Amino acid sequence: MIHSLFLINASGDIFLEKHWKSVVSRSVCDYFFEALERATEPENVPPVIPTPHHYLINVLRHRIYFVAVIQSEVPPLFVIEFLHRVVDTFQDYFGVCTEAAIKDNVVVVYELLEEMLDNGFPLATESNILKELIKPPTILRTVVNTITGSTNVGEQLPTGQLSVVPWRRTGVKYTNNEAYFDVVEEIDAIIDKSGSTITAEIQGVIDACVKLTGMPDLTLSFMNPRLLDDVSFHPCVRFKRWEAERILSFIPPDGNFRLLSYHVSSQKIKKKKNVFESFLCSSSLHLFDKNTLHINDSIIQFLQLLSWDVGKINPQKLPSLKGSMSLQTGASKPDENPTINIQFKIQQLAISGLKVNRLDMYGEKYKPFKGIKYMTKAGKFQVRT
Amino acid sequence: LCFNSLSHLNEDLKEMLESNKESLKLEAMKRIVGLIAKGKNAYELFPAVVKNVASKNIELKKLVYVYLVRYAEEQQDLALLSISTFQRALKDPNQLIRASALRVLSSIRVPIIVPIMMLAIKEAATDLSPYVRKTAAHAIQKLYSLDPDQKEHLIEVIEKLLKDKSTLVAGSVVMAFEEVCPDRIDLIHKNYRKLCNLLVDVEEWGQVVIIHMLTRYARTQFVSPWREDAVFDENSEKTFYDSEGRRVDQSKPYIMDPDHRLLLRNTKPLLQSRNTAVVMAVSQLYWHLAPKHELSIITKSLVRLLRSHREVQYIVLQNIATMSIQRKGMFEPFMKSFYVRSTDATHIKTLKLEILTNLANEANISTILRELQTYVKSQDKAFAAATIQAIGRCATNISEVTDTCLNGLVLLLSNRDETVVAESVVVIKKLLQTQPSQHSDIIKHMAKLFDSITVPMARASILWLMGEYCEHVPKNAPDVLRKMAKTFISEEDIVKLQTVNLAAKLYLSNSKQTKLLTQYILNLGKYDQNYDIRDRTRFIRQLIVPNEKSGALSRYARRILMAPKPAPVLQSAFKDRDRFQLGTLSHTLNSQSNGYLELSDWPAVAPDQSVRIVEVVELAGAPLLGKSKPGKSAEKFYSDSEEEEEEEGSSSEDSSSSSSEESESESEENSDDSNKSSSSESDSEKKKKTLKNKKLQQQKPDSKDSHDLALFLSQSHLFFLNKFLVVFKFNLRCIFVANCRCSLLCLCVFLACQFDAVSWHVRVSLQASFPVFVPETSHELLHRMTGKGLSAQYRFTRQPCIYGNSMVSLQLTLSNSSDQALENIHISEKSSTGQNIHRFNAIERLEPQASVTVSMGVDFNDSTQAANFQLCSTKTLRSDELSVSIQPAVGELLLPITMTEADFTKEQGKLLGMNESSATITMTPENISSQSVNRKVVSVANLGVIPSSQENIHSVPRRCLNLTKPTFWNVIKKTNCS
Repeated sequence: MIHSLFLINASGDIFLEKHWKSVVSRSVCDYFFEALERATEPENVPPVIPTPHHYLINVLRHRIYFVAVIQSEVPPLFVIEFLHRVVDTFQDYFGVCTEAAIKDNVVVVYELLEEMLDNGFPLATESNILKELIKPPTILRTVVNTITGSTNVGEQLPTGQLSVVPWRRTGVKYTNNEAYFDVVEEIDAIIDKSGSTITAEIQGVIDACVKLTGMPDLTLSFMNPRLLDDVSFHPCVRFKRWEAERILSFIPPDGNFRLLSYHVSSQKIKKKKNVFESFLCSSSLHLFDKNTLHINDSIIQFLQLLSWDVGKINPQKLPSLKGSMSLQTGASKPDENPTINIQFKIQQLAISGLKVNRLDMYGEKYKPFKGIKYMTKAGKFQVRT
Repeated sequence: LCFNSLSHLNEDLKEMLESNKESLKLEAMKRIVGLIAKGKNAYELFPAVVKNVASKNIELKKLVYVYLVRYAEEQQDLALLSISTFQRALKDPNQLIRASALRVLSSIRVPIIVPIMMLAIKEAATDLSPYVRKTAAHAIQKLYSLDPDQKEHLIEVIEKLLKDKSTLVAGSVVMAFEEVCPDRIDLIHKNYRKLCNLLVDVEEWGQVVIIHMLTRYARTQFVSPWREDAVFDENSEKTFYDSEGRRVDQSKPYIMDPDHRLLLRNTKPLLQSRNTAVVMAVSQLYWHLAPKHELSIITKSLVRLLRSHREVQYIVLQNIATMSIQRKGMFEPFMKSFYVRSTDATHIKTLKLEILTNLANEANISTILRELQTYVKSQDKAFAAATIQAIGRCATNISEVTDTCLNGLVLLLSNRDETVVAESVVVIKKLLQTQPSQHSDIIKHMAKLFDSITVPMARASILWLMGEYCEHVPKNAPDVLRKMAKTFISEEDIVKLQTVNLAAKLYLSNSKQTKLLTQYILNLGKYDQNYDIRDRTRFIRQLIVPNEKSGALSRYARRILMAPKPAPVLQSAFKDRDRFQLGTLSHTLNSQSNGYLELSDWPAVAPDQSVRIVEVVELAGAPLLGKSKPGKSAEKFYSDSEEEEEEEGSSSEDSSSSSSEESESESEENSDDSNKSSSSESDSEKKKKTLKNKKLQQQKPDSKDSHDLALFLSQSHLFFLNKFLVVFKFNLRCIFVANCRCSLLCLCVFLACQFDAVSWHVRVSLQASFPVFVPETSHELLHRMTGKGLSAQYRFTRQPCIYGNSMVSLQLTLSNSSDQALENIHISEKSSTGQNIHRFNAIERLEPQASVTVSMGVDFNDSTQAANFQLCSTKTLRSDELSVSIQPAVGELLLPITMTEADFTKEQGKLLGMNESSATITMTPENISSQSVNRKVVSVANLGVIPSSQENIHSVPRRCLNLTKPTFWNVIKKTNCS
């Protein structure tokens, strides 16, 4: 499936290559560079590029292009999803996924890539399994390793590989047993000139950080599960119980993971509109104005950021901000009024009204510390002017 | 200088590698891996690196593996030095080490070691650890790409692994199947249901591969569920349905194959997967296989994917674009999800636009047009141009809005941006062709614009319009031609060609005004640099300017040039993409990519469904557990001849096994090998659960001085083995619990098998020996109450069956307990369910209270599935058919063979001990003698005993046994140790 992988930075240098089958010359990337040159912006590079003998599938994350070389038919999403998983793993291991981090940890990167794919077919992508095979580098461990000569590489087959819960390793131990859940909702909306909503929908996720000893079996129930329109689960969630009782029942992976992502459709939002509007401007409002102007045949791009701390809102007198924009002298008036991207954050509120009812734990004796946090953010929130 | 420093560096590394310190070596390897990662060459260090392949340090070893795989192809001779290390590691007790050895061995692309790889793969395919078997499945593809000649052998391994019930293996072996032999759809039949049922538990990457394979499979095996097609089809189709006795009308015209339904049902939950590739795979499966009215369930999930990364959006939008052409209704409620945001990448924007255009209909067109209007103003000019195209398409497709769109486009002609104007011109040109007469003012307006437009395509479009409709604009057209005559030389080719056309058309319609101009232009064209233009000029001149040579053609010049032309149909760019399977690379690129597998059309008539029926390998445990077999439908699924074919095709099919027996203690699996027991645990888990219940009930009277009896079994067919083991233990438990008081006893039973039976036969001649022990117990086949006076009992004779090698011989005792004579007792001809049964000759008459003993043979196909048949009898002229079934115990399916101890040891040695399974059995003191153990063992299974000479393990009875099928042989070794 995946033949080779090249990592290319923003300036067009190949700084890492890995081959799973016989070596593919890096000159294959020339086709990618051609496409890169044609594209006006980095995001405009087409994700799938055919070349005479190979196909290049790339993803762009953290200003690094991950270019996979394919030789024959394969579902493109398969490769794309895998590449994103690689990036997520790097981030998980090194905290950030930058060129510098990858170069510093090139050996771990190589070991990871070796474990993640065999002959181009994904082998182990579950972070819990990988962490048993290759321990993430920490400063302490590096020091210990240099002194004692021990290694970062596990000698036994990770327990998860063979068990029915591959995402969790056995023998997890914590002194403080904690389970935190963050309900984060993002509002995607387009608002037109007159202020009416063209489209709005809520995308939510529940991110969890579970540090529990042993093999806990958790159930999470909602006050109003019918709100959720369309959901996708971490593999640990028992789908049958959700179908039958609308309860999330799962043996959690160890550490951070995304338990659930869901979608609340626009019909349901309309009912909430009043709530939404009053909260819209609550804490702080950032205005981004990304615009392109033609000045003397050269395109100048500027990014203008306006940050506005609204403070408390008086419902009678909604805060408003007015101003005029002046163009640089000599510049022609742009055809289109700029689109404004708005970002805001509201703490302690899930705009859809989703509420977690209770969290229970079975299978272990201790009492865990439980916590839940709600937050609403602007997702792709655009105002057309 | 650079070279020097490089070789200096290499010297440095070489020294480090040759030092005695592990840490130095590791450091060196890390630096070398760094070099490889950067794409720098480090192959000179090969000899120094390869020495460390057997290092104890696991990280060092892994890095050496990385190096080896990278450079072995270039340094083949030296790479061979490392092979023996891997061969040794293949026998390591640690499954991770076995697996990684196989991984590296198969990744070394050196043709010489192909036989070694083949052997290793075959061995690993029967490994007890599913992880190793998974690695074997991966290795199949590697070997195939290295040496395609091995295909036939590899297919055998694939066939074997396809039967594997581990979720870990399923995805990888299907991947190998797709790579090596995607056309061997027959291998899938028997595994189809299993794959469907396992699917949810397979790891996500495997799911994608399996779903794609099953989509292809289903399209060859089931009939189309698309009712529309069936209804629209001609009468032949209707009669087909009619003949089936189902009316086509409103009611269901078609009944879905349960296997087809199974696939749809089992993939549906995967739409909730977090893996976008899985969701897409399920969506395409539904698209290609589901009845149209069930399609809507995939919509939501696909729309959800649009929140994902840019690249995911791109692929998903492409697929939605293709879908939305055929089925607007699916996505119409989600139209707003396709609204374009200014932050989207250009290719995302154009795809969204494409979908919006596809979704447009009379009801929503106004909303869509309003949205499109905002896009036209976009800063992204390529996108704005695409929007104009989209408006044009809406205008042609929906006649109500044609005028509105046209007016809007005309307004755009005064846009400041040239690309927008040019695009508008091109689109207007196409629209005008539909109704030119009403729009001469627009054409005039465009003539005026002509000077200011510089984009060649737009200029060419205007010229074409002028020529085509010169009658509507008689004043403007010659003027435009005059301007063109001036600038002709500096125009683009496409403009020049249209100028020539315009000139020709005007010459014909208005020769008075344009004759000279036309001649001038034709002269310019005659000497143009482009041969197309020269050709065209020459052709036009001959056509329109009458001379003696031109002949008849010029008379028709007007009809040729001014022929009414059909308006162009504005089509979606995704119109023809549905020829590719959705979600594939070929679909994305809209061209067939390497290795693309065509999705076949639905067959008109479904192929035989029975090919997917699997004899459930439910062992003798079933009756013991009181589980009754789900009654097989009385229908006869396949004729005898078919069955025979099947047997030939799959030689070691359902390799059943052998048995031997021992009882067991609490610990189900021997704990001294945790790996093994854990692997078998997961495999036979279900089985065990049921067992556990039983066990609780029969909790053993505790035997404090109990000792373990270890049961080692090794067998190629792991799953079978595990089941067997459990059943076995259970069996024995009943026997032993009664009379066991324990002593020091440990029994090991090796059950081994050789997959390559044929070659083995050459070396050792197998001889079926006489049974050591024939149990006298008989089982009831038919009770006299249910049999209306006829009762029947059967008994396994343990003799080689005279009716056929693969048959088990049975002795049937029939007795008449009624007061009337029974006549014509025989086995019904039509009744067998798949097993080949040799019937006894009909008994003409059986007097009251008399009984008769007959013998018959049944081929159980090495499975413990019950043989069902009907016993017919006639009593006072009323005939009765009584359904009966015989459920064989595992032990009865075996046949002992005779071999010497030496042979036994030899064969056992080939098993490498890698795939053995063990259990402990508690026994009482009186049972420790070998005789008593022997007795117990043989009473449960038909085994032979090999005399042992080994003293250290005292009294070692060994037995070999052969299966009813000679393709398979097993050895059981029983060891008594303290």
